[in-house]
Amino acid sequence: MAVSAVRARGRDGDAGRLAPASLDTAPVVSPRRRALRPYLLVVPAVLLCAGILYPFLLAVGYSFFNFSDANPWPNVVGLDNYAELFASAEFWHSVQVTLLFAVAATGIEVTLGTAVALLLNRGLLLGRIFERMLIVPLMVAPIIAAIMWKLLLLPEVGWVRPVAEAFGIASYTGTDTPMGAFAWSVAVDVWIYTPFVAILALAGLRSLPRSPFEAAAVDGAGPWYTFRRLTLPMLWPYLLVAVIFRLMDCLKVFDIIYGLTAGGPGNATTTLQINAYLEAISYARYSRGVTYMVVLWIGVYLVSTVLVRYLNRIQSRAAGV
Amino acid sequence: MISRRGLFRAAGLSAAMAAGSPLLQACGFGGSDRPGDSAADEVTGGFDWRKHAGSTVRLLMNKHPYTEALKANRDEFRNRTGIKLQIDEFPESNYFDKVTLDLRSRAGNYDAFMLGAYMVWQYGPPGYLEDLRPWIDNPSATHQDFDPDDFFPNLLTAGQWSFENGAPLGGSEQWMLPWGFETNTVCYRKDVFDKLGLRPAESFDELIELAATIKQKASPAGFDDMYGISVRGSREWATIHPGFMTMYSRMGLKDFEVRDTKLVPRMNTGKAADFTDRWAGMVRDSGPAGWTGYTWYDASSDLGTGRAAMLFDADIASYFQNEGTPAAGKLAWHPGPKGPDGSLATNMWIWSLGMNSASRNKAATWWFLQWATSKEHLSHAATRQQHIDAVRRSVAMSGEYKDRLSRATGFVESFEAVIDETRIQFTPQRNFFDATTSWAAALQQIYGGADPQSTLDDLAVALEKRIG
Repeated sequence: MAVSAVRARGRDGDAGRLAPASLDTAPVVSPRRRALRPYLLVVPAVLLCAGILYPFLLAVGYSFFNFSDANPWPNVVGLDNYAELFASAEFWHSVQVTLLFAVAATGIEVTLGTAVALLLNRGLLLGRIFERMLIVPLMVAPIIAAIMWKLLLLPEVGWVRPVAEAFGIASYTGTDTPMGAFAWSVAVDVWIYTPFVAILALAGLRSLPRSPFEAAAVDGAGPWYTFRRLTLPMLWPYLLVAVIFRLMDCLKVFDIIYGLTAGGPGNATTTLQINAYLEAISYARYSRGVTYMVVLWIGVYLVSTVLVRYLNRIQSRAAGV
Repeated sequence: MISRRGLFRAAGLSAAMAAGSPLLQACGFGGSDRPGDSAADEVTGGFDWRKHAGSTVRLLMNKHPYTEALKANRDEFRNRTGIKLQIDEFPESNYFDKVTLDLRSRAGNYDAFMLGAYMVWQYGPPGYLEDLRPWIDNPSATHQDFDPDDFFPNLLTAGQWSFENGAPLGGSEQWMLPWGFETNTVCYRKDVFDKLGLRPAESFDELIELAATIKQKASPAGFDDMYGISVRGSREWATIHPGFMTMYSRMGLKDFEVRDTKLVPRMNTGKAADFTDRWAGMVRDSGPAGWTGYTWYDASSDLGTGRAAMLFDADIASYFQNEGTPAAGKLAWHPGPKGPDGSLATNMWIWSLGMNSASRNKAATWWFLQWATSKEHLSHAATRQQHIDAVRRSVAMSGEYKDRLSRATGFVESFEAVIDETRIQFTPQRNFFDATTSWAAALQQIYGGADPQSTLDDLAVALEKRIG
C-alpha cells in the first residue's frame, strides 16, 4: 500500500522524485500480525538451534544407556557410564595427554605466531613474500598433513632421518617412542596452525595506534622495553582470541594424531577424542563413546567460558569501560 | 481377579511398550527384525539368471585386487543377468568405518559389501547381516551349479556363528560367503638366503636368530640397509591377526579361555608374556625402524622394495610383491616356524561378501552374490586376475591355477603344508576389535621397553572388565 501511494505521487508530476511516505499512508498492520512478528523473526534462529541441539541432546541421552552393537536394545544405566569412565585409568591417561597436547601446541603456536607477525610487520620485501606463503599450511586438510608428515617421518623412507643424521642425531626413531610420537604430533599441529596465529597477530599489530609508539621512541625506549610495555599489552586481546581458538581446537584434536600415530605407540598419544572414536566407531559401543564426548564437551565449554570472560574483561578495560 | 488399578497398570504398561519401541528406534536404538522371515522365501518358480534384469546392485568394496578382478569381469555379470553393478571403493584404512556407519544408519545405501569373519562378530548381533542360508537352500533363488560344498569347509564355517561370546564357529546361519582368503606364511628373499648360506627357520628361536643374522650380514654382502624381518606393528587389530597370532597359536597359546560363559583373557600367562616379549624383541633388534606405524602395506612394500629379507604375513600380501617390484622373481615361500610340538596352526583372514539386511533389493543382491562366488567367476578371477587364495576346492585344485602359482617358488607347497591347520585362531566374541586393538597397543608398549608381564596383566584386567 505504501509503495503504491508513493508511486502514485511520483506519477502526479513530481519530477520522478520519491517523497517519503507520511505517517497517514503507512501500512496498516493488524495487531495479531504485529504480535506474531517477533516470533516469526526468531523462527530461523530456533530452527538452527534445533538442528544443532538435536544431535547434541541425543548424544547426551545415549550416555545414560548401555547402547552398543553388542547390545542394540539398551537399558537405562543412569550415570554408570560416567562412573566407569572416571574410574578408568585409560580415561585419566587420555585427559593428561589431551591437556599436555593442548597446552604445548597452543603455547608454541602463539609464541611462534607472534614472533612471525612481528617480523612480517617490518614491511620488508621478504616479509611480504613470506606473508603470502604463510597461508599454505592452512590450506592443507589436517588429516592430509598428518599422513604427509607420517611418510616424511618414517625412518625407512622419509627424509627426516637423513636430515637428523646430518645434524648428528644417530638415534632418530620417528614416532616409535612415546616422547617422539607426542613431540611430532605437537610439531605437525604447530606446522599447520602457527600461520593462523601469525595472521591474527599481524592483523592486531597493524590495527594498533601509532602515537604511543612514537611517544615511546621520542622518550628513548628500547625495542625490548617497547615490546614488553606497549606492544604485548596492546596486542594481548588479539592473542587471547588466538589462544581461545587454538586451545579449544587442540582439546578436540583428532585428525592430526590419528593420522600420525593412531594414538600410539601403546597409549602414548591417545587423546579423549581418539578414545571416543575408538569406542563409538571401531568398537561400536555408542554410549561409552558419547560419554567421552560429553565429558570433553563440558571441559571445552568450561575452559572457553573462562577465557571468553577474561577476554571481555580486558577488552572492557582497554576501552576504559 | 484382576483389580481395576492392576488393569490400568497393565494397560499403561502395554501402551508404553507399544509406544516405546518405535520411540527407541527413532532414537537410533535397536537392530533389525528378528530372524525368521527371510525375503528368500518369497522367491518361487524356476531359477532364471535374468529374473532381475534392469535392477541395480550397489556395492561397498575395499580397494583390493579382488575388487579389481570383479570390475574386470563385471560385463559378464551384466550380460548374464541384466543387473547393473554400482561399485564404491574405499581404501582399507577407512573402509570398515564406512561399512559400520552405513550399516548402523539402516538406510540400506549399499546392498552388499566385503567383510571378514571378525566383522560378523560385530555386525551380526545387531542384525545388520542377512542370513544367506535361506537363499542358498532355495532352488528357485540359487543356480543348481552354485555347489556350496565346493567351498573349503573351514572357510564356510567361518561365516557361521551363534553370537554367543566364546561359542565356537558354526551353526545353521550363513552370515557371509567366502570370496578370497589369506593364510599366513613366511616369504623370504631367496637370493639373500643363497648368498648368505641361510635356510628358512623351522622354530621360533631359529627365526629370531635368522632375522638377527640377516640384519648383521646383509649390508656387508651387498644388500644395502636390508633388515631381517618385516611384520605389522600399527596400533590396530590387524597387527595381531597375521604373523603374530599364527606364531602365538603355533606355540600353543590362546587369547581367551571360556569359563562358565565368561571370557577370561589368557594373553598374560607366563608363556604368553614370554612369547610376546621375544616377538617384540625380534622386531626391535631385526625389524624396521618406525615399526609402530607399520600396516600390511608398509610391511609388504618393504619386502618388495628390497629393504626386508623376510615377511611373516598373509601369503597373498607377499605374492603381490612378486610382480613389478625390485624383489620380483627373487621371492620364495616357506610355511614358517613350527611350534614346539610341530604345530603349523595358522590364523586366516577371509575376504567374504555379505548382504546388508537393510537392503531394499535383496533378490537382485543375492543374484550378484551367487555369481561373484561362483566357480566360473572365481576361476576366471584366480587365473586371469590376482584373486588368490582360492576359496573353492575346484579352483584351488585346478591345473591352470596351480600352474600359475607354481611359478612362485614354494608358494603352493607352503600353502598345502599349512592349509589343514589354517583356521580362525581367535575366540569368537562380540568385542573382538577392542580386545585386539588393546593387545596391539600393549605389544607396542613392550616393543618400547615396558615390562611384558605387568603390561599384559594390565591388559588382561582391563579386558576382563570390558569384555569378560
